[in-house]
Amino acid sequence: MDQLSQLESLGVHILREAYANFRNLCMLWSIGKDSTVLLWLARKAFYGHVPFPLVHIDTHYKIPEMIEYRDRLTREWKLPMVYGENKAALEAKQTYPDGNVDRINCCRLLKAEALKNTLNGSWPRYRFNHEADEYQVDKDTEAYTGVIVGVRSDEEGSRSKERYFSPRDTENAWDVGDQPPEFWNQFKTDFAPGTHVRIHPLLDWTETNIWEYIEREGIPTVSLYYDQGEGIRYRSLGCGPCTHPVESDAKNVRDIIVELQSGKFANIAERSGRAQDKEDGGGLETLRREGYM
Amino acid sequence: MSGPNGKKMSSLEHMNVVITGHVDHGKSTVIGRLMADTGSLPEGKLDQVKASCARNSKPFEYAFLLDALKDEQSQGITIDSARVFFKTKKRHYIIIDAPGHIEFLKNMVTGAARAEAAFLTIDAAEGVQENSRRHGYLLSMLGIKQMCVLVNKMDLVDYDQKVYKSVVRKYTRFLKNINMENVKFIPVSGMEGDNIASMSKNMPWWKGDTVLTLIDKFKKEKAPVDLPFRMPVQDVYKFTAMGDSRRIIAGTISTGTLKLGDELVFYPSGKKSKVAGIEQFNGDPPETVPSGAATGFTMSEQIYTKRGDLVVRAGEKPPQTGNVMRVNLFWLGREPFVRDKEYILKTGTERVRMKLFDTIKVIDASNLNSDGMKKMVERHDVADCVLSTKRPIAFDLVEDFPQTSRFVIVDGYEIAGGGIIREVIRDNKANYRDRVMDRNLKWDTSDIPRESRSETYGHAPSLILVGGPEDKRKAAFAKTIEKKMFAEGNKVYYLGVQNVLAGLDSDMEIKRHQTYPEDREEMVRHLAELANILLDAGIILVATVSGLTYDEQEMFRTSVSPETVRTVWVGNTDGLEVEADYVITDVGEASEHLESVMKMLKTKGIGK
Ligand SMILES: Nc1nc2c(ncn2[C@@H]2O[C@H](COP(=O)(O)OP(=O)(O)O)[C@@H](O)[C@H]2O)c(=O)[nH]1
Repeated sequence: MDQLSQLESLGVHILREAYANFRNLCMLWSIGKDSTVLLWLARKAFYGHVPFPLVHIDTHYKIPEMIEYRDRLTREWKLPMVYGENKAALEAKQTYPDGNVDRINCCRLLKAEALKNTLNGSWPRYRFNHEADEYQVDKDTEAYTGVIVGVRSDEEGSRSKERYFSPRDTENAWDVGDQPPEFWNQFKTDFAPGTHVRIHPLLDWTETNIWEYIEREGIPTVSLYYDQGEGIRYRSLGCGPCTHPVESDAKNVRDIIVELQSGKFANIAERSGRAQDKEDGGGLETLRREGYM
Repeated sequence: MSGPNGKKMSSLEHMNVVITGHVDHGKSTVIGRLMADTGSLPEGKLDQVKASCARNSKPFEYAFLLDALKDEQSQGITIDSARVFFKTKKRHYIIIDAPGHIEFLKNMVTGAARAEAAFLTIDAAEGVQENSRRHGYLLSMLGIKQMCVLVNKMDLVDYDQKVYKSVVRKYTRFLKNINMENVKFIPVSGMEGDNIASMSKNMPWWKGDTVLTLIDKFKKEKAPVDLPFRMPVQDVYKFTAMGDSRRIIAGTISTGTLKLGDELVFYPSGKKSKVAGIEQFNGDPPETVPSGAATGFTMSEQIYTKRGDLVVRAGEKPPQTGNVMRVNLFWLGREPFVRDKEYILKTGTERVRMKLFDTIKVIDASNLNSDGMKKMVERHDVADCVLSTKRPIAFDLVEDFPQTSRFVIVDGYEIAGGGIIREVIRDNKANYRDRVMDRNLKWDTSDIPRESRSETYGHAPSLILVGGPEDKRKAAFAKTIEKKMFAEGNKVYYLGVQNVLAGLDSDMEIKRHQTYPEDREEMVRHLAELANILLDAGIILVATVSGLTYDEQEMFRTSVSPETVRTVWVGNTDGLEVEADYVITDVGEASEHLESVMKMLKTKGIGK
């Protein structure tokens, strides 16, 4: 098997282990390329079906194309789509830059807080009803005990210490210093009440692997990743106000791969277009501990 | 698997190599030196670190490079605390450095299990230390076959060949004890750069490899595609609710190759079926799938199988089945591994309750001193012991197929140990299991799938055992269960031991209270075989057996496995050793319990 097939097989294996071991399982879908590859792997693992909800945290500041794309695929692929949000913070305008908090706090409220409360079921979840063709309040309010996330260990420092199955305590906190051992494809699938497990099928993938796989499988991605003629494109997707396009004339997946391998991005981190990463030294690490991804 | 140079990694070969060794024997220094001398560092980094050391008037250490580089992670560059990326003309390497102090061993095991080869550093001046041995032992148990010992700090011993040789001699003797073969050695100095990326001028006596030339000599492990086929059943998918009628057996192939049309045997039941189709989500379905692939297939005959079963190809070496096994294990848990406590054993996709049955030898891995009297396995110990699982499972022995001989032990919520199975110990039920397996292998399966029967009948087949001391009222109670279930539209049948005695067993001299143990066993076996046939016909069978023992209950379970067996005990519980789902102590009041018994059966999924 070639490297992409090996990565794919391990990913599928991990998804199936998760499905067999967790009753309340969900998968986070940020609409970005990584979690879309993850979604594709789920469809591979379960032969076209996605037997657990896909959860999206809607900050309502996402670039509009992202939400259009999300709902288009939801309909086309008949996905069990669920979204959550921080209604209170949005109403109180605790947002950035048009509201009254700074960038990191906006992230904390709209992403971390919303994620935490959507996962544990204390805030409403909105599930897409395919028959009614609209989102409706989800009756299921049970906490998710297994959360599948598309993080990669090459994204930034703290993630290299991750496990495929990584426990989180009740506060969503992650103890980097004391991680469970993980070997021989045996994972931590037992967990104490009140805690949950994050599952990372893409841990070993690189940004290039992701694009090569998207190319090989013909996975549909948001148009924002490609230059539409203005010489700019997004390398990483997030909220409109805090995500900036990079200069690039990559018009399709192949162009992106070439650009990554030999072009100007070969030595520049992927998330450099994301402002919150720079705000404070360990900004992302802090948010991460609190559960944002 | 990336880095600055890593962006083109896909075209070159990749390899993960772990580096281990006693603390302060120079892991970080060797890695730092290797990075520096192969030009794998970001430009200016070396000078920057050197300058910063000079400013703070502390001596420069190559190990600082690793720390300094951590700051660069956010720019996606070269290194992070756990993995160092570098490349040669031949390959891209990820050197896995297991960080952490308290939890070092957990990280090391995790890192090493992902590696194809290992370096281990030994300080030439200090010689072989506790963790030099412990790590060597763990590497061997984890199945690492390629290892190179770096005898480091040669500069401290004047590059003396004698010192080098003495370390090699000592450590080789140790490795021999743990059956680790073909281990390479190199004398190096991480600090001075001797034999790291270039041949040492200080050791003209050394004509062998440098770290750099040796790493390229590690061989890529070939995927075990030519070995016999092994696949643990990960799940059986039937997404009927989503309009999909396929029944797909899913799993990742451990060894060998799956082919369309293969005849497969499912262990521990020994039931067999053929591969009707290999399933794939998109693209043309393949005709063969290699080891390592996550796959799924449909079967020509719908035999019952479940997560945890081990699938092999008919005619190839069968796996072992059993519930008592001798193993080698290492323990990482904070609490020691003790007898009389229940744990969970996971092997392949199987998950079963287990206990430590006996400790044959507990070895302090650091010095290989064994303690035959020690009855528990403490954190970081290695042990030779016997485990017993609650029910028989399928597995291989390490000498046959290492992949499917591996297991982990869960204590509470944590993976606390891991090991390899060396031997199966045959218990008194093993013979019967073999017979059942043989029967299942020879079974001529009907064309009507098991599911179709269940769908038409509206319920799955199952066995309700009614045990208890000899008493006519027990049989009478069993019949009321039959009646009640029948009235509810179930295909149910009552079978009393008497019926079997009179017919099938008429050749046996069985008189009341005078049954010879062998005869009794034979009789129960007959009943168990009959039960299997009736269940295969889709029926819910209610059978009474006086004085049902635990072994007999096991026999029924083995025979009809993996269909459901539920046991109701009626009467005095003095002789009760079976696992009963419902107990009625007063036979006279049995009828009053009918409703609750029915309720119990229903919640356990028996009947409509
Ligand atoms: N003289 C000498 N000292 C060394 C050598 N390699 C490492 N050291 C020193 O040994 C100490 C521990 O080294 P380090 O690489 O941090 O060990 P680790 O704990 O295995 O990572 C440091 O002070 C190093 O400078 C060597 O080849 N020669």
